[in-house]
Amino acid sequence: MSAREDEVLARLAGVTDPELDEPVTDLGFVEGVTVEEDGAVCVDFRLPTFWCAANFAYMMAEDMRDAVSALPWVTRVVPRLTDHMCAEQVNRGVAAGLAFGAAFGEAGSDDDLADLRATFRRKAFQGRQEALLRALLAQGLAPAALAAMTLAVLERTAAAGEGGAAKKRRYREIRARLGGPAGPEALAFVTPEGGPLDPSVFDDYLRALASVRIAMEFNGALCRGLLEARERAARPSRPEGAAPPPA
Amino acid sequence: MYRTSDGEEIFVVDGHTHFWDAAPANQRNVHGKQFIDCFYAYHSALSPEQEVWPKEKFEKYDAETMYNDLFVDGPDDMAIIQPTYLKEFYIDGFNTTEQNAVIAQAHPDRFILNGSFDPREGTAALERIHALKETYDIRGVKLYTAEWRGASRGWRLNDTEAYRCFELCEQLGITNVHVHKGPTITPLAKDAFDCHDVDYAATDFPNLTFIVEHVGLPRLDDFCWIAVQEANVWGGLAVVMPFMHARPRYFAEVMAELLFWVGEDKLTFASDYAIWTPKWLVERFWDFELPDDIRQERGVDLTPEVKKKILGLNAAALYDIDVDAAKAKLWN
Repeated sequence: MSAREDEVLARLAGVTDPELDEPVTDLGFVEGVTVEEDGAVCVDFRLPTFWCAANFAYMMAEDMRDAVSALPWVTRVVPRLTDHMCAEQVNRGVAAGLAFGAAFGEAGSDDDLADLRATFRRKAFQGRQEALLRALLAQGLAPAALAAMTLAVLERTAAAGEGGAAKKRRYREIRARLGGPAGPEALAFVTPEGGPLDPSVFDDYLRALASVRIAMEFNGALCRGLLEARERAARPSRPEGAAPPPA
Repeated sequence: MYRTSDGEEIFVVDGHTHFWDAAPANQRNVHGKQFIDCFYAYHSALSPEQEVWPKEKFEKYDAETMYNDLFVDGPDDMAIIQPTYLKEFYIDGFNTTEQNAVIAQAHPDRFILNGSFDPREGTAALERIHALKETYDIRGVKLYTAEWRGASRGWRLNDTEAYRCFELCEQLGITNVHVHKGPTITPLAKDAFDCHDVDYAATDFPNLTFIVEHVGLPRLDDFCWIAVQEANVWGGLAVVMPFMHARPRYFAEVMAELLFWVGEDKLTFASDYAIWTPKWLVERFWDFELPDDIRQERGVDLTPEVKKKILGLNAAALYDIDVDAAKAKLWN
C-alpha cells in the first residue's frame, strides 16, 4: 500500500456512519482505495444491504469526498458505491457536487440533508455523553459534581472502567464540535442545546439519553449482523483457528 | 400451546406471519432478488445457527412446512397472517391476501387472515377494502407505507386518500391496522424512518387500533412517545424478538423501554415467519429475564404474567378471540 493510500485511509477513518456513529473503515464499508498519478482518488465502498437508506449512503459518500479532498495533493475524489439500489444516483450526484434532493431528481427538492445531519450529530452527542456520564458515575462522581464540572477539570479526570479513555476521547471530540463556549472554564457536560444539566433531575436526564441510544443501537446491531452474515456467505468456510487467508 | 418446564400451558398467538413466494421464477426483476436476499440476511444474521434454513427453502416453502413450523413443531395456537404485495418486484406478488388465503382457509381455527390496501389507488382502494371484507371477512389490515408504486416511493398514514380508507375500515369493522414501521426495506429518503404519521392517524381514528410492527425501530424513541400519548397505538415485536439470541442485553434494554413507555397490555409477540420460526423464540422468551440493573433502573419486570399477555392474551383481546373456547378446541 502506498503512502498516499495510507493518507486517504487515515482521512476516511474520520468519516462515520451517521446512525452507528462509528468510522466507516472500522465497519468494513470501505472496500478499496485507488490513487492515480494525477492525484485523483477513487474510494470503493459497500453497505450492509442493497436497501440501506439512500440518504445515509449519500451522506457517507459526501463525507468521504470532503474528508479526502482535504489532502493537499488530491485533485479529484470519486466515491464508488457498489451493490446498492441507488448506486448510480449516489455516485453521479456526489461526484458532481449535487445536493441529495437534486441528485435524486425529486421535483423542487433542494434537500441537502442538513436537517438529517443535525439530527444525527445530536444523537451522537447524546450517545457519547451518556457513555461517559455513566462511567464517571460508576467511579463515584456525584451528579452535582458532574453538572458543575468544567472542561479543564474533565481534562484532568481519568475515566476508569472498560474503554473509559475512549469514552472520554469520543465525548471531548464531539463536545468540541457542539458550538458555544468551549474554553477551559466552560461546562463539560451540557444539554445538546448547550444549557447546563440540572442535578436534581439527573436520573431522568440519563434515562432520556439511554432511550435515544437504545433506539440508535438497533440499526447498529442489525447492520453488524447483516455484515457478518454477508461475510460468512461470501467467504469459503475455514476450520476454526486456522489462519486467515492472505489479504 | 407452549408447555413450560413446570408443565404450565401457555396460549400463543403469533402476531405476524407470512406465506410468501420469492422463488426466482416469481421474481420480476433484480429488486425481487435483492428483497429476499435482504430477508435472508436478517434470517441468517439473527437466528441461532441450527435454525438457519437453506436459501432455497427460504425463498419458497409449502403450506405443510408452514403449518408444521407454527403449530406442530412450533408452539403457536393461532397466527395472524399478514400480506405484503410487492407486485413491482414479484410477478404474482410476494405474499398477497389471496396467496395467504390458501393456507388460512384450510385451517380457519388457526389463522386470522388480514388484508391490505394502497390508498394511492384512490377509488380502487376503497373497492378493494369492500371486496376483502366480503370475500374474507377481514378484521385487520397490514399496511406498508414504504412500498413503491410507479414514481412514488411511499405514502403516509395521514394522507387524505389514506383517511378515506380508514373511514371505510371503521364502517366495516376492520379495526386493526398493522403498520410496518421498522427497518427500511424499500426506502428512498427521509420518510421511510418516520413514524409520526401514526400519531395523526391514531388521534383522528380513535376507534381503530394501530399496531406498529417492529415498534418503529430504529425510531424506538419516537414510537414510545407516540404510544404513551395514544391509547390506540400498540407495538408488534416482530424483528425485536430474535435479538434475544444475538444481543440479549440489548433485547433486555428494548423490552424495558417498551414495558416502561408502552406497557404490558399493548405489546404483541410475533415471529415474522418465515424470517424466524416461533419455536425457539417462544422457548427462549419464556426463559428470558431482565438483568437486575435494568429492572431496577426502569422499575419494570418481565414476569410470567407479563409474558403470557405478550405471547397471546393481548393479541386475543385485539381480535376478540375467546381464549377459553380456543383452548378447548385447539388443545384437545
